[in-house]
This record gives sequence, C-alpha cells and structure tokens, in this order.
Amino acid sequence: MALLELRGISKRFGGLQALNRVDLTLEDGMIAALIGPNGAGKTTLFHTLTGIYRPDEGEIHFIGRSLVGLKPDKITGAGISRTFQNIRLFAHMTVLENILVGMHCRISTSLWGILLQSQGAHRQERDAARRAMELIELAGLRGKENEWAHQLSYGEQRRLEIARALAANPKVLLLDEPTAGMNTTEAQSLMMLFKDLIGRYVQAVLLIEHNMRVVMGISHRVYVLDYGEKIAEGHPDEVRRDPRVIEAYLGPGTWVGDAQS
Amino acid sequence: MKVGLTHVGVVAYIIASSALVFVFPQSVLAFLCFEASLLVIYYASVDQTTKFCLGTIVLLVLLPLLGSVNGYYLEVAIQVGIFVALALGLNIVVGFVGLLNLGFVAFYAIGAYLWAIFGSPQANHFLPGNLFPLSSVWFFPFLLLSVGVGALTGALLGLPVLRLRGDYLAVVTLGFAEVVRALVNNFDKPINITNGPKGITPIEKPPLFFQPLLEFLGFSVNPSTLYPFYFYFLVLFIAMLTVVVARRLEESRIGRAWKAIREDEIAAAAMGIPVVRMKLLGLAVGASFASAVGVLFAAKQVFINPESFTFMESIGVLAMVILGGMGSIPGAILGATGVTILNLQVLKGLSLWLNSVRQSGIVLSIPLFGDFTLSQIPAQFEPAKYERMVFGLILILMMMFRPQGVLPPRQKRGH
Repeated sequence: MALLELRGISKRFGGLQALNRVDLTLEDGMIAALIGPNGAGKTTLFHTLTGIYRPDEGEIHFIGRSLVGLKPDKITGAGISRTFQNIRLFAHMTVLENILVGMHCRISTSLWGILLQSQGAHRQERDAARRAMELIELAGLRGKENEWAHQLSYGEQRRLEIARALAANPKVLLLDEPTAGMNTTEAQSLMMLFKDLIGRYVQAVLLIEHNMRVVMGISHRVYVLDYGEKIAEGHPDEVRRDPRVIEAYLGPGTWVGDAQS
Repeated sequence: MKVGLTHVGVVAYIIASSALVFVFPQSVLAFLCFEASLLVIYYASVDQTTKFCLGTIVLLVLLPLLGSVNGYYLEVAIQVGIFVALALGLNIVVGFVGLLNLGFVAFYAIGAYLWAIFGSPQANHFLPGNLFPLSSVWFFPFLLLSVGVGALTGALLGLPVLRLRGDYLAVVTLGFAEVVRALVNNFDKPINITNGPKGITPIEKPPLFFQPLLEFLGFSVNPSTLYPFYFYFLVLFIAMLTVVVARRLEESRIGRAWKAIREDEIAAAAMGIPVVRMKLLGLAVGASFASAVGVLFAAKQVFINPESFTFMESIGVLAMVILGGMGSIPGAILGATGVTILNLQVLKGLSLWLNSVRQSGIVLSIPLFGDFTLSQIPAQFEPAKYERMVFGLILILMMMFRPQGVLPPRQKRGH
C-alpha cells in the first residue's frame, strides 16, 4: 500500500507554472529520488508537500488522510520530516538543542508541567535527551553535543540536519539535496546511511539529488521533473536510458553515454 | 564540602563590604562595593550550593540590615527588583522568541492601572455603590489577576502583528504602547476611568497581614517604617519567581521552540513547532511579568500617572536586555541591575560629589591658564543631567566592542 501519494499536484506563481499535475507515489521501504535540472520544480514540490506552499490543485494522501491545507507543523506531526537545500539549522543553539527541537511534537509536557516541574515533564525531558544522544551518535557527532550548530563543519551540519529531521520520528523522510557540496566518496557514504535508515528510523525516503550517479545506486524508483512536469518515472536503469531525460539534462541530440558518466 | 581559599575570600569580601556600608552609610562607593558582592558570588569558582547560600544571606539578611542603616538602599534594591522582572519578561519576547518589542512598558502600565483604578477611590467615578477603594487584602488577588490580564493583552497584541517581522513589528509595538499611554492620558472624559494626566492617588498598599504576628512577638513597629522592608521582600519574591519561571521555560520544549523560531522560523515550522501559538505564548508570558510588577509599582508609588510609562521606559528596559546579553537570563538580571544602579546611584553620586567640590571653594592654579576657582564649574556639568548621554555612550561602546552583551547565552555543559 502506498504510504504517500501525490495526485495531480499543480502550483502556479503568477504566470509561472512551477508544478503541472505531478503524480508521485512512495511505498513502504522505498527510497525514491526526485531529479531534474535547475528550476525544474523539485524544491517547490517539497515545499508543497510539507505545507509551506498550498497546492493550487491536486491531492496529497498520507496513510489514508489528506494533507492539503495543513500547516507545516501539523504535517511534521503526521510523520513527514524534511531537510533543506541550503542548510537551515538553528545556528545559536547547541547540537543537542537542535535535535531536541526536532522532537518538539513528540514531547507533550504542558505549560503547567514545565512551571511546576512535574514528574512527567522531568521524565519526558530525560527520555528525549537520551534519544537525542542516540541520534547524535548516528550522525557521527558524538562529543559535539554541546557545541553550537554554526561551529560545526559543513559536512557535520548536513548530518546534524538529517538527525534533526529524524528526531521528529517521521515515517517519511524528505531530503533536499543532502549531498550538495560533498565529493563523490562523501556522497556515497551518506547514501549508504540512508539505506540503513529504512526500516530502522523511517519507512521511506524521498530525496532530491543533482548528482545522478549517486542516486542510481540506491534508489528503487526515480522521478524526473522538468519545467514543473514529470517527464519520466521508473527504475533507475530505465530512466537513465529515457531520451526525454537525456534531453532535459544535456540538451537535444546528445549521445546516451554522456548521461551515464 | 571542601572549604577552599575562594570560599574564605568570597565571605571575607561580603563581610568587608557590608562593614564598609555600616561605617559609611552615606557613601555610594561603599554600597556599590556591597552590591558587587553578588557579582563576586556569581563569578567565584565555588559550588552551586555555596553560591545559593551566600546569595540568600546577602539578599535576605544583609541587604535589609543595611537598609535599616540607610533607607535609600532599600529603595534602590526595590527599583532593581522591578527592573529585573521587567527585563526578564522582555528577554523572553526579544531574547528568546526574537520579536522586537519597543512598547513593552504598555503591559507594565496595564498592570499598574489595574490596581490603581480599583485600589483607589478612582473606580467610584464609573462604578456605583461606593465600593472603592478595595481593601488592601485585594492586592494579592489583583496580583494574580494582573498576570492573567497581562497575558491576555500580550496575546491580543500578538494576534494582529504576528504576520509582521522585524522592523514592522517594532513599529507596531511602539504604536501600541503610545496608544495605551494616550488612552490612560485621555480617559478622564466622558467617563473618568484613569483620571487622565492628573494621575491616580492614593493607591492602597499591600496588606500587612503579618502585623498581628509581629505584635504578638512583642515588636511594635509603625507601618511607615515597615513598608520599605515589606516591599523589598515582596519585590525580591516576585523577581525570584520570574527568574525561576524564565529558567524553567528556557530549559523546556517551549523555550527551545522559542529559540528555534528566533533562529529560523521556516525551519522551526518544518520541525513541528506551531509557530503562531508559540509566539503568542512568548508574548503572553513576557507581558504577564510586566503586568505583575506594574501592580507592585502602583502599590509602592501610591501615585501613578501616564508620565511613568513613556517610550523612554520601554527603551530603557530594552537597553538593559541588550547590554546584559540578549537571550541570557543572567544577562538580563545583570543588565537591569547595572543600568538601574547607574541611574540611581552612580550618576547621582557623581553629581553630589561635583557639588561638594564646587562648594569647597578650592582654587586650582593651572600653569598657563592661571587660577581656576572650582566653584566656577557650571551646574550644567552635573552628571545626572547627562544621564541619557552617558547611557547612550555606554550603549554605543558596548555595541562596538561587545555586541553580544556582558553575559551572552552560554553553551550549557552536562546533560
């Protein structure tokens, strides 16, 4: 059964058709990649999916409920977490605090519980801190939990952002160009991490990627966007040979082999 | 517990500075030394329990004792306490949530007028039955009520302005404070609610509920000497309460949500934080602090008028927060204490000193310039007249050399 299903999503900004009737399905246990040239509408699709934009048309179904019109925090609460293309950490908060913010919707202490320091509030804080340390460990940031987020190196910040998204205990993880700015080896090892996440931390991953080669290795299905339209979908090998994809990426009349390298 | 040299040093400093104030009760310098003992305790490398005990002794025992020597010191301490609570409230709004509020004094005014109107004969002007002033026993229920009213007005102000950011929000909050001031200034007709610019007096003081106990114990004290001490402890209690509330909130999921909104609103929403609700909560909590101390202020002053709630007051509290270090609770406390002491004691002390120099009639012989009589120093040189200038200079220098404030938020260790 489909975990997440997008049907006919359209989004216009004035005269620009940013998304045109895009369909997308994400199933349990699946890593799907969203690729396409710059300005194809990939990030717009993420923003629409996470409630930052409201789609003009179309349906978003997530485990049997519609997400259209929900605020971003409610969508996160429902079980969809994301990272951002240009890292958006909370710079003047510690690594630990960043993760704990991600857990906001999984901690339910009330104002009175906090002010009166109730037992329940105390226990929840302790549990949250323990789980946060696990995620810090997973992101390879052990020993840096009390550093400020802006003091981390670029790669560490990327990993922290992913750990923060996982802190919300999502079913679906959306990653917006997680390997941007990394070299191929770093990118490959990060991809291996995503593979490990499935089943243990999340049920499905949808990632936007520029680097085709990185995506091909791990994704079960690839969606290709161009000018807001889905031009291809399918197994990585099929998509790679699709002439429309090659045209979109490299311009018309290019030899197939170029897209592979 | 190991008693080290530092312990001895801190205790010695406290004893020495208190002794100094006892010997020279009129000396501003001596009292400044004593006030610094709190900083010494804060910075000394001793364990938390010792710090807590020493702080308690200084605030609960020594300061009231010194206040019995020179009553003005109690007044200073009360003012400091009021501003600490205000600064902590504003620190939540500006420092944690990151909403620039230039009209914070409006909530202070709302609290003050709440008690002033009902705790004085003023309410008889628009409510029948000659029930007012309410008896002083009502002071405490009104203190609680003011927390609710403050929170409500804070949230109400928040509703229309939450879509605004940065500069726009600042302008709206500024306008809000001016609206509140204009309202209290003009609401003497057609129905006299606030008595306009004439202000309201006399306002009931808090009840002396412990007087029978003191008399039973054999003390006979007249209320006028008792009230400064009473207010001091009341202010101290409320200031401490605000510290505890601010700290607990800061370390909870609510405080983290506030800071996340300050850092990046979109990312905060994407992390599951209900941005609007959290912003409203921040505004409400901040406003409730101000409103509660407003009630206290009205009861202490006995007389209030709109002049006490000008834009400069808002700016003053904001400066305390910025100087101390935005988003830092110790910073807000230090900023409020420092600025209040600077205004009430340092600058006034300098003026007094300059006056005494002028009146001494000493003649200085300066080579090339000839004789200069010190009494020729014009009265315009009194530092108290330059209060705002000195204050402005401090702000400028701080922003140039330490923009993060004296005690910026620190990374917490240990979890």
